[in-house]
Amino acid sequence: MTRRTPLYESHKNLGAKIVDFAGWEMPIQYKGVIDEHRAVRSHAGLFDVSHMGQIVITGPRALELVQKLTVNDPTKLTDNHAQYSILCNERGTVIDDIIVYRLHAEHFIIVVNASNRDKDVAWVKSHAFPGADVIDASDNYALIALQGPKAEMILSLTSDVRLSTLPSFGFCDAPVAGQPGCMVARTGYTGEPGCEIFCAPDQATTIWETLLKKGAAYGIAPIGLGARDTLRLEMAYSLYGHEITDEINPLEAGLSWVVKLDRDADFIGKSSLLKIRAQGFTRKLVGFELIDAGIPRQGYPIVADGKSVGFVTSGTMSPSLEKSIGLGFVPTELSTVGSRFSIDIRGRLREAVAVKTPFYQPQK
Amino acid sequence: MDTPDNLRYTKEHEWVRIDGEIATIGVTDHAQHALGDIVYVELPKEGETVTREGTFGVLESVKAVSDCYAPLTGTVVEINDTLNTSPERVNEDCYGEGWMIKIRLSNPSELESLMDHRSYEKFLKEESN
Repeated sequence: MTRRTPLYESHKNLGAKIVDFAGWEMPIQYKGVIDEHRAVRSHAGLFDVSHMGQIVITGPRALELVQKLTVNDPTKLTDNHAQYSILCNERGTVIDDIIVYRLHAEHFIIVVNASNRDKDVAWVKSHAFPGADVIDASDNYALIALQGPKAEMILSLTSDVRLSTLPSFGFCDAPVAGQPGCMVARTGYTGEPGCEIFCAPDQATTIWETLLKKGAAYGIAPIGLGARDTLRLEMAYSLYGHEITDEINPLEAGLSWVVKLDRDADFIGKSSLLKIRAQGFTRKLVGFELIDAGIPRQGYPIVADGKSVGFVTSGTMSPSLEKSIGLGFVPTELSTVGSRFSIDIRGRLREAVAVKTPFYQPQK
Repeated sequence: MDTPDNLRYTKEHEWVRIDGEIATIGVTDHAQHALGDIVYVELPKEGETVTREGTFGVLESVKAVSDCYAPLTGTVVEINDTLNTSPERVNEDCYGEGWMIKIRLSNPSELESLMDHRSYEKFLKEESN
């Protein structure tokens, strides 16, 4: 049975095309992916990401459990700060990428991908110990992302929060659109300034509709999952099931900056990742542009010297750059910027070149 | 959905306009709408043969790849080059500037297999139920 977020009716009323995404009936687009993408880059966009999961860890040993499960260093977090991190298994491959929010030393919220929610909850619970209580609180939260150069202005019309006074990845407790107790976090998945607003499910419609109404004069648009994907891909942000899976370790996926292998504390996957780092790895995630016509897609082979040497993890026509871009795994020696290889697009070889990521630089 | 009455249609949502022994082929309003923003079009070369129910081209939207099936057998006499640089024409004007190929029919009796606009509208209704 598919699930619906509290904003389902709002999406229908806005004329969204609804698809099944990880068991959720979600808007893939409203007006069109390209228009929505451009609205976020030039004005602001509003996203319903209530399908994402929230795992709450509380108790005197909450931090200790977060330490054990995540590859970043959660002891660096202060109250009201969040951190991008990863859950790894013992083999050092990825269970999920997450954001860890520290409310205080004994209260953490981990936000997980909708497609991994049940798996992640089971994993975290299976490693819990007395003094660290784990609950799947996903049904207690709706989550709305407001992103784009006009996001701060639009938020300020409905809330006292001034995003520029929050540090990146900082968050605060504040009313939004008159709804008390929202958590406003300076996080997002587009590369643009903006925030994500956590609220109770019964507050979501008021917040959503107020932001759309107040933001209308600033060009706000509702944004579906289609543009969410093209926006994150222009920033070369990883997506679980594409750049990271339980067959891929975070080091080869270009996420070494997240993995704090040199901290003293042990965490699940650390010994495997230390070994992988010491031995070096043979493949690496690379960003590329297509020189020839065509669009790379997940699973297409990457070819060099007539041999298949890698595979595409994500690809699209970039609405901002109007070029075909992609991410994929190649042998380490082909991962330097300027390397040439081909993408096998339905039996035809199309030439590509490795480029710097992110593909797109948001306007300051 | 727009379904002009001077065209013939297939269950794969292609349309055909017949002019003597030349057939102009494109995708229907329903198809362009279902695909969303089209960002890449792959067409056959002039002189190639296309076979009824065989693929003759590819339309790619931002999210998906979709094959185009030839409604009729024939030789490609003209392709719509504009679509290489302006694939969005398929969304904007699928029955006009968004046409894809013209073929010289090899077997005009195949025309009988196509639907007229009323049958196609009925088919669309059934498909959506």
